[in-house]
Amino acid sequence: MKTTLFLAAVSAFALSATAFAQPAAAPTTPVATAPLPAAVPSILIKHGHVYTVGAAGTLADGDVLIQNGKIVQVGANITPPAGATIIDAHGKPVTPGLMVSWTQLGIEEVQLVSETNDSAPNQALDSAAFDVADALNPSSTLIPVARIAGVTRSLTAPVDCGDVFCGTAAVIHLGDGPDLIVKKQAGVLVELEPNGGEHQANSRPDIWVKFRETLDDAREYWAQRAGYHRPGGARDQRSIRVDLDALGPVIQGQEPLIVHVERASTIRQILAYTQANKLKLIVAGGGEAWMVAKELAAAHVPVVIDNDLNLPASFSDLGATLKGAARLDAAGVVVAFQPQNDGPAHYARTITQIAGNAVAYGMPWDHALAAITRNPAAIWGIDSSYGTLEAGKDADVVIWDGDPLDLSAPTAVFIKGVNIPLVSRQTKLRDRYRDLNDKKMPFAYR
Amino acid sequence: MEPKNLPLWGAAAIVVVTLIAAWAFLPSLHKSAPKDVQVADQFPNDQFPSTYKPYPSKPTLIRGATVLTATDKEIDGGDVLMRNGKIVAVGTNIAAPAGAVVIDGKGKFVTPGIIDIHSHLGVYPSPSNEATSDGNEATRPTTPDVRSENSVWPEDPGFTRALAGGVTAMEILPGSANLIGGRSVVLKNVPAITTQAMKFPGAPYDLKMACGENPKRVYENKGGPSTLMGDVAGYREAFEKAREYREKWRKYWKAKKAGKTDADEPDRDIGLETLALVLDKKIPVQMHCYRSDQMATMIDVSKEFGFRIAAFHHAVEAYKIADLLKKNDICAVMWADWWGFKMEAYDAIPENIAMVDHAGACAMIHSDDPIGIQRLNQEVAKAMLSGRRMGYDIPRAHAVEWMTRNPAKALGILNQTGTLENGKDADVVVWDGDPFSVYTHAEKVFIDGALLFDRDNPALSPRSDFEIGQEDNANTGGAGQ
Repeated sequence: MKTTLFLAAVSAFALSATAFAQPAAAPTTPVATAPLPAAVPSILIKHGHVYTVGAAGTLADGDVLIQNGKIVQVGANITPPAGATIIDAHGKPVTPGLMVSWTQLGIEEVQLVSETNDSAPNQALDSAAFDVADALNPSSTLIPVARIAGVTRSLTAPVDCGDVFCGTAAVIHLGDGPDLIVKKQAGVLVELEPNGGEHQANSRPDIWVKFRETLDDAREYWAQRAGYHRPGGARDQRSIRVDLDALGPVIQGQEPLIVHVERASTIRQILAYTQANKLKLIVAGGGEAWMVAKELAAAHVPVVIDNDLNLPASFSDLGATLKGAARLDAAGVVVAFQPQNDGPAHYARTITQIAGNAVAYGMPWDHALAAITRNPAAIWGIDSSYGTLEAGKDADVVIWDGDPLDLSAPTAVFIKGVNIPLVSRQTKLRDRYRDLNDKKMPFAYR
Repeated sequence: MEPKNLPLWGAAAIVVVTLIAAWAFLPSLHKSAPKDVQVADQFPNDQFPSTYKPYPSKPTLIRGATVLTATDKEIDGGDVLMRNGKIVAVGTNIAAPAGAVVIDGKGKFVTPGIIDIHSHLGVYPSPSNEATSDGNEATRPTTPDVRSENSVWPEDPGFTRALAGGVTAMEILPGSANLIGGRSVVLKNVPAITTQAMKFPGAPYDLKMACGENPKRVYENKGGPSTLMGDVAGYREAFEKAREYREKWRKYWKAKKAGKTDADEPDRDIGLETLALVLDKKIPVQMHCYRSDQMATMIDVSKEFGFRIAAFHHAVEAYKIADLLKKNDICAVMWADWWGFKMEAYDAIPENIAMVDHAGACAMIHSDDPIGIQRLNQEVAKAMLSGRRMGYDIPRAHAVEWMTRNPAKALGILNQTGTLENGKDADVVVWDGDPFSVYTHAEKVFIDGALLFDRDNPALSPRSDFEIGQEDNANTGGAGQ
């Protein structure tokens, strides 16, 4: 759709991102610092109802061949290479692994246990430099919980922090660690609504004063960065150096601002500002974004929405409706879904339900599937390596026990070609307690 | 006025506040009292009485649908006949009475109205802001004197959205900041401008209590409790006071009955009066408790003082003690897949409801959320499918009870609603497909036989006062939003 607008951001500061800017047809060495298994044998998924979410559309009886972590062929009646593991999908749906946009996967274990929650900067700091990449924990129990529900990628970002700049996001995969990072500096989260009075700033004008001043500071700083540290080399700026550094790719239009905004008027305002200043904008939240759909589509600005949030939860989203995603989509806006709840990271697995409900309220089914695969890949600039079942892409592949948008579950999940065991801390708890009658020994011995 | 001149519950009514209330609500008081009135011997329990009356309805026959009766029965090509607000026939080939509205149920499903046993609609309404947060009287850890019904804002747009999700009744609870949070109230989900006009007639009150992290988080720097043992000490202290309070009044009533006109009437305490009614088992407890050990502790506390816990809410570890819950006849109120937002929610699993049900205990869904309440059918579907994937045979005819029959049972209103059986309130939902699919909508929602939401008819999509005149913002508002 609007993928051209979201060329992979190649930031001078995001070394790991560079590999993903290369053409999809030329598989590249993954940049993960951890070595992949030396020789990943071929895997051939046979007889799937294959939703490629790409140009090939849907194959009623299709095969997907995986080698060395990549998809090498998608089609009918693929001849298995010697030694290939063959998995019969028995006609069940096969899709790309799913991507959840805006979660705290990897930076939050228990939301209310502060030592496990790295999702927001100290409120006293106006912190674009706060970077989730510094906190990613590949051992988080949330990752298996999400991936056995088919989620293989996440835009891991800070939460609303009660200030204007809430920090820097990263794209991660949910496969085996230790390095989960697919792309650093995937965007800087900005909170522009008063958020029910929980914002440090008292009002929208206050927020805008701070927002504009910080970006002005960043431009001024970057214009004379070399001289910044000389005495008298730069004026005193409210923002601290690390934040101004972090905003470099933003003011250069390379890294997007992920702006949490709900009210139509605020969306129009941030749209005008980012266009005038040639910044890349991604609207997050967007309860009333559908009311600005035409303008957003014309400006090629995508919207990352939890379409289930249909209540006037605040005066900023009186217009929120279950039909929002469908209206945005119909207007040509690139839509991606995110679960925005009290514990977004824990509810990453509800992303298929959110997509399914968007279908129930008017979004075409294939567009809703794209909103959790191809669209986020494009929005977050990783579409050269992920988002569709096409040769050359990372082999994030899911086989489902039914319609993937209708409360189904995976029967197999591959991330970068690795067959992920369908096990999580939750499945282990389930198995430990499934027989309460056997009390020969305490449960702790199971 | 002398206490002996008051009707049944009059002893306590000497307190001025109550007298005023009594004068307003009990017409009998306006007349001169009869000479030989019995002396009261129990605590009053009927303040803020329901003024709800079923809305006018037409005899309605839903014909040829898949009917999930919530009595473990699925009827293909089934009919449901409603008349005068009641279900009068469920089966096949039911003849339409003269003048009845006949709804073609082909391809559609019929279930009882969904009952959400745990909602904060109205007390934490939309929009949420400093003026509308009325769900926690978090000024002291024990507040049995407060009632959620006195906080409910009937104009909460969330009620209309829940109606569009097939919810016909719900219990509105105080929040969980307090050990004893106050009385809950059961409402019919009818648009109204007073809370009394929503109150489910005949539904008992419940007492909301809370285990675990929340009270100690709120009070750790406000004089406690700051520990779990502090929590439990707090419940026990409160119920010990209630026991003494009840004793005082019993002694007084006994003395009055024995003709001792000089017996000193005890001072009335609104909070202890509620707790005394809990000890009398007139008010069951709805107990917010996540962990298995906390639930077991609360069962023991309930036995020490003789109160009844109807259900453990948010019981994310119920699957670990399903046998104990069954033995004690206590229901577990659960989410499908919420977890991890706090430490005591860390062990939640999606199979929880199915495992509790499989063990023969009483299991049900709840929302605790104005978004989740709109899709409890999907939450049940997730729980059902999780159970099936671990090998349990869970027909949808059974799973539907997790959102209808079982919450009705735990609320003490199963004799009135919760199943499709003759004589029950006609709280009925017509779905445009299998309710356990995301693509299915509640199409028509009947409460006491009155069609109060119809997805195909914009005139039957209620909008709260708050949403009127917000067209520029909200476009449509209302139940179908």
